[in-house]
Amino acid sequence: MEATKAAQRTLKVRIARGTEDGNFTTYEVPWRENQTVLDVVTEVQRRIEPTLSYRFACRVGVCGSCAMTVNGKPRWTCRTHVSRVEEDGVIVIEPLRNMPRIKDLVVDMSEFFDKWKKAGSTFVGTATRHEPPAAVSPTSKKRKMADAAIECINCGVCYASCDVVAWDKEYLGPAALNRAWTLFNDERHADPKDVLKKATSGSGCNSCHTQGNCMTHCPVSLSPTGSIAGLKKNALLQFLKGGD
Amino acid sequence: MEQRLFALQRLSAMVMAPFVLVHLGIILYAVRGGLTAAEILARTQGSLFWIPFYSLFVISVAVHVPIGLRNILIEWARLSRGAASVCCFLFGLLLLSMGLRAVAAVGGLLS
Amino acid sequence: MKSPRNHRAYWAFLGHRLSGLALGVFLPAHFYVLGLALEQQARMDAFLKFADMGAVKFGEWGLVLLLSIHMCFGLRLLALELLPWSTTRDARLSWISWGGVLSLCVGVIFALGVI
Repeated sequence: MEATKAAQRTLKVRIARGTEDGNFTTYEVPWRENQTVLDVVTEVQRRIEPTLSYRFACRVGVCGSCAMTVNGKPRWTCRTHVSRVEEDGVIVIEPLRNMPRIKDLVVDMSEFFDKWKKAGSTFVGTATRHEPPAAVSPTSKKRKMADAAIECINCGVCYASCDVVAWDKEYLGPAALNRAWTLFNDERHADPKDVLKKATSGSGCNSCHTQGNCMTHCPVSLSPTGSIAGLKKNALLQFLKGGD
Repeated sequence: MEQRLFALQRLSAMVMAPFVLVHLGIILYAVRGGLTAAEILARTQGSLFWIPFYSLFVISVAVHVPIGLRNILIEWARLSRGAASVCCFLFGLLLLSMGLRAVAAVGGLLS
Repeated sequence: MKSPRNHRAYWAFLGHRLSGLALGVFLPAHFYVLGLALEQQARMDAFLKFADMGAVKFGEWGLVLLLSIHMCFGLRLLALELLPWSTTRDARLSWISWGGVLSLCVGVIFALGVI
């Protein structure tokens, strides 16, 4: 009797379906001591609901494709153990915030990447193939600052967690600005001043209010808050020196 | 424009920090034993310190507050940037005029 | 459901913004009362007597608290934006707690002065 009871323990999974807000369907999957949210979503799609749409790729926490909102917080589902986030045997899964929804758990990331370009994140080289590779010291101050922000894989979690992105459609967002900061500190880049110009254009780095949702939720422990602070400071100095 | 406003916001904040400290200090000192108009005015009327002090304070406030409010109007009230700028500019003028009038009042400059 | 906003840096943002909003709305009234010193000293004294009421003093205590909070969290922002970060995550979160404590101390001193 005891054994059957234990085997029947289930996890309730409320998944946002369709394209309108507020449509949830609840599924039940077996409770397992060791499963990730991505495992659960995959099980629902394969065994219960074939029409469920969701994204994933590597499933081991290096690609960022599986980012979704789990119990209110944006996270990588392959790196989220159910046991860590379940609340009374229930988990709620929704698509990432701040991006238009395509269907179910899939969002359209075009604007996210458009803003990435707008923020001045396109590298322009100064050397040709005939010159030796640039000797960039990894211990130089600028390189250290760039390296601290360079690991971003554009998963969109920071963008989804940012309230300013939610409130201000033009705001470039933490990921785009974080990338711009790495470029600003790249000594090989042809025009760092232009990076600042683009990063402050429209609703740029100066719109950040240091809420810190981005640095709190980044799965690789980056801090766009810090990168944006750096952009603000350098943009301010450039502005005061008359380099408008 | 946004860059200019950002710079003004930060600069006015830096200018105001010592003003706020002194203002808090004087509030904590002055409220002891009750506040009367006579006490306040005895300190401020014709004062070569308090009149310039509060004039500069009012000017920085008239710059700092509207820029901050503008962000709130754009982000929370969902106003367009242009509309928010107009509202806040007008509010800034209001603060400046009322503030300088208050300085003139307590400084005994107009009566 | 856990809120993604339940962390110190967000409270600092909210505290700074809401205190600023409250102070901004309060200022025109403040300037008006001070302007009563012009030819209307009697009215100013009457107002100050009215302000002796417990409820008003509580409001004044609140304003003093709000001003301290706004300044402390604002100074943290200036430090964040202008001084170097020692690590990527050095958002000077400790300044938030200290700023809150300092503001409460200012509030206590004010309360002791008016009781």
